[in-house]
Amino acid sequence: MQKEAAIREPLILGDKSYKDITDDVVGPIEGPAPIGWKIMITISSIVAVYGVGSILYLLGTGIGVWGLNKTVGWAWDITNFVWWVGIGHAGTLISAVLLLFRQKWRMAINRSAEAMTIFAVIMAAIFPGIHMGRIWVSYWVLPLPNQFGSLWVNFNSPLLWDVFAISTYFSVSLVFWYIGLIPDFATIRDRMTKPLSKKIYGLLSFGWSGRAKHWNRFEEVSLVLAGIATPLVFSVHSIVSMDFATSIVPGWHTTIFPPYFVSGAVFSGFAMVQTLLLIMRKGMKLENYIHVKHVEYMNIVIIVTGSIVGVAYLTELFISWYSGVEYESYAFINRFSGPYSWAYWIMMTCNVISPQLFWFKKIRRSLIATFVLSIVVNIGMWFERYVIIVTSVHRDYDPSSWGEFHPTSVDVGVFIGTLGIFFTLFLGFARFFPVLALNELKTILKSSGENFKKKQANH
Amino acid sequence: MEFKFEGRTKLITQILMGIGLIALIGGFMADGTDHHQRWWANLLVNGFFWFSISLAALFFYALNYAVEASWSALIKRCFEAMWHFLPIGGGVIIVVLAAGHFFHAHHLYHWMDNSLYHEYMVVEGDTIEFMDEATEGAVANPNYDHIIAGKQPYFVTWFFWLRTLGYIGTFLIFARLFRKWSLLEDEQPSLDLHYKQFKRSAVFLVVFAVFSSMLAWDWVMSIDVHWFSTLFGWYLFSGMWVSFMIMLNLGLIWLRSKGYYQEVSSSHMHDISKWMFAISMLWSYLWVSQFLLIWYANIPEEVTYYTQRFFSDYQVPFLITFFVNFAVPFYTLLPRDTKRNANFIVPVGLLIFIGHFADVYLLVIPGTLFDHNEFGIFEVALFLGFLGLYLNRTLSALSKAPLIPKNHPMLQESKELHY
Repeated sequence: MQKEAAIREPLILGDKSYKDITDDVVGPIEGPAPIGWKIMITISSIVAVYGVGSILYLLGTGIGVWGLNKTVGWAWDITNFVWWVGIGHAGTLISAVLLLFRQKWRMAINRSAEAMTIFAVIMAAIFPGIHMGRIWVSYWVLPLPNQFGSLWVNFNSPLLWDVFAISTYFSVSLVFWYIGLIPDFATIRDRMTKPLSKKIYGLLSFGWSGRAKHWNRFEEVSLVLAGIATPLVFSVHSIVSMDFATSIVPGWHTTIFPPYFVSGAVFSGFAMVQTLLLIMRKGMKLENYIHVKHVEYMNIVIIVTGSIVGVAYLTELFISWYSGVEYESYAFINRFSGPYSWAYWIMMTCNVISPQLFWFKKIRRSLIATFVLSIVVNIGMWFERYVIIVTSVHRDYDPSSWGEFHPTSVDVGVFIGTLGIFFTLFLGFARFFPVLALNELKTILKSSGENFKKKQANH
Repeated sequence: MEFKFEGRTKLITQILMGIGLIALIGGFMADGTDHHQRWWANLLVNGFFWFSISLAALFFYALNYAVEASWSALIKRCFEAMWHFLPIGGGVIIVVLAAGHFFHAHHLYHWMDNSLYHEYMVVEGDTIEFMDEATEGAVANPNYDHIIAGKQPYFVTWFFWLRTLGYIGTFLIFARLFRKWSLLEDEQPSLDLHYKQFKRSAVFLVVFAVFSSMLAWDWVMSIDVHWFSTLFGWYLFSGMWVSFMIMLNLGLIWLRSKGYYQEVSSSHMHDISKWMFAISMLWSYLWVSQFLLIWYANIPEEVTYYTQRFFSDYQVPFLITFFVNFAVPFYTLLPRDTKRNANFIVPVGLLIFIGHFADVYLLVIPGTLFDHNEFGIFEVALFLGFLGLYLNRTLSALSKAPLIPKNHPMLQESKELHY
């Protein structure tokens, strides 16, 4: 076994054995639901129901109930869509890219980050679906042979590429997540005493036996899926950015969009992971597995991606002036000084300035500061999309058609509702699924566990 | 173990340098283009290309420290050696820029022409006086270009040179400090020194993130001065990174064949080849992002850049460059075994390396020589000359310190690397 350098901080704290890991992860599933969980799921379900109500009202009445008008034809709908898809980037990045980079700290967070990814992508998919107005014909976005005459999808449209990109991403993420769960489901199956639970977890684990051959296949499949998922992490948000960047709308059409959207997505995704995990580790007593070092690593990812986003903002701003194109310059002057300048400055403060606080070691290792800043980042990233979308279209080439956007209660209701659905799903996951990749964690116990590292140092 | 730079190796680099020198002198005399434009343009291509490889070495060194990477600890002296070309490359760039800016020896950068910025002029005999406002006797300046004039605050002489010298100076300071600490660590084992490098590396990465984009605008994008692309800086950055990874891989293969670095295993080579693959894909991704968006929107401000490269004599090299730099690494470097096989990496690496040189060539030449370009012995010889100079400087620097650092805290992990 490879010996880890002494200067690396341990990844698993405390005096843990293999059995302790199983107990710590599976224990919460076996016991009764804690009261805190019940309260949280009640609140989020109520919000989710409100959201479903708003969506049904929207579908029954038509998208006229949103605040869209003839100038601003895209606003909260696509903002929320991009925001959710962005959040859905962290999970696969953690499980795929960090796997390829052999980052072992990912094992404590990959499972829940992937779950978050899947739920976030589902939330994202709601928005284009309901925006169609007639959701019952939503299968028209697929290139299906049909009897409607010349009705066929427009392959030139980035919106169609989005359909392909996101559905591929969703499928691969789901398979990746599930493959990782198989050995852990088997561990739960082996511990279950009630026959029905044993049966269910037995079915979920696909008859996993833990043989060397199974592990060998498991690792190979993981690596192959990581290889497939990595380009998908890039492609999804690149294509989302092309929804805007292929147009000739000043403020939308700029070549930096694809990589900058990807970076922003990872940024917001990690912030959401922090928000969720800081609560989860406390509620489920997983502090020894997801500890300060993990939080610090994630905060470093947040500084890096946040700074990349910052460089991109400034690049856009500079090039809009440098280009000498009047419309281009105006789009950016209007952003920081026009009627929506408040949104621009919220975005700048939350996304560029506030993450810089993580340069201080004290702040980056403080759980409370991290929690607060992770929410700040998520707010900032929502405003980023709002700024890009609404401020770019509300004043276009023709001043006679300038207008503004005002959200209605249905806009707000649908958005808040998706938050409710998302948290309900995540809480369900935390209750019934192994929230840490326990079998993977066992592989690093002897090289990165605190007790074993101490023993090594004493030798 | 120390590397000895002597004998045949040294001679070969010197012969290459000699070829380069002949190319420089002969090329200048034989260059029939106006103001020796072709000579200067190729000097810029080579100066920038080899400078950027050294810069990428510095970046990669800092990156490895900042992310606590251990696999590369064994070979970090190679990175250090490879950035020793920075002062020479930077010098060449400064010479080219200064020759155009102050001595009007060439016309690579259209914006260096002072007459573009003023709307009016007064002609008296042979002297022309430019002015911004109409006065008596003033006529409209036919050279006036309002778009370039709008960029004047950015291209004003003192600011431009402050930036150019600022980038090169900052890189040199960091390179010196990193080298100093690295050698110091050999003598005194101290974790403080390691953490200091870790922290300074993070600072360097921030500086680099800003400077790498800006120098791309200043030195390369401004050749096509009307054109603009926000992605440009990142695109150039990815190109320099691949070129560096290839150079590193080929260099290590060569060193191992000479009996050095026997501790470096095929797992290290696998890792470097993975970087070659990954950054080739990053480059291709950025190439496509920039091209696709400009082609799709098809607005005249932007699309001219690609028309110049697509509907001209540059079409074939332009497309081949993309094909080589994307498809070759994609199909050949995907399997595990090819990444570990020197017989495979050498030809593939050489091919992609030339592909990336061609990429830089096509960034500079179409905007400076337009339809009058020729590619001949001069270009090849100058490339070989710079190659010789680069290898000479790098290998000489490599011979000045032990090949393997002594007290890097992650050295053991790096030696045990096995995947």
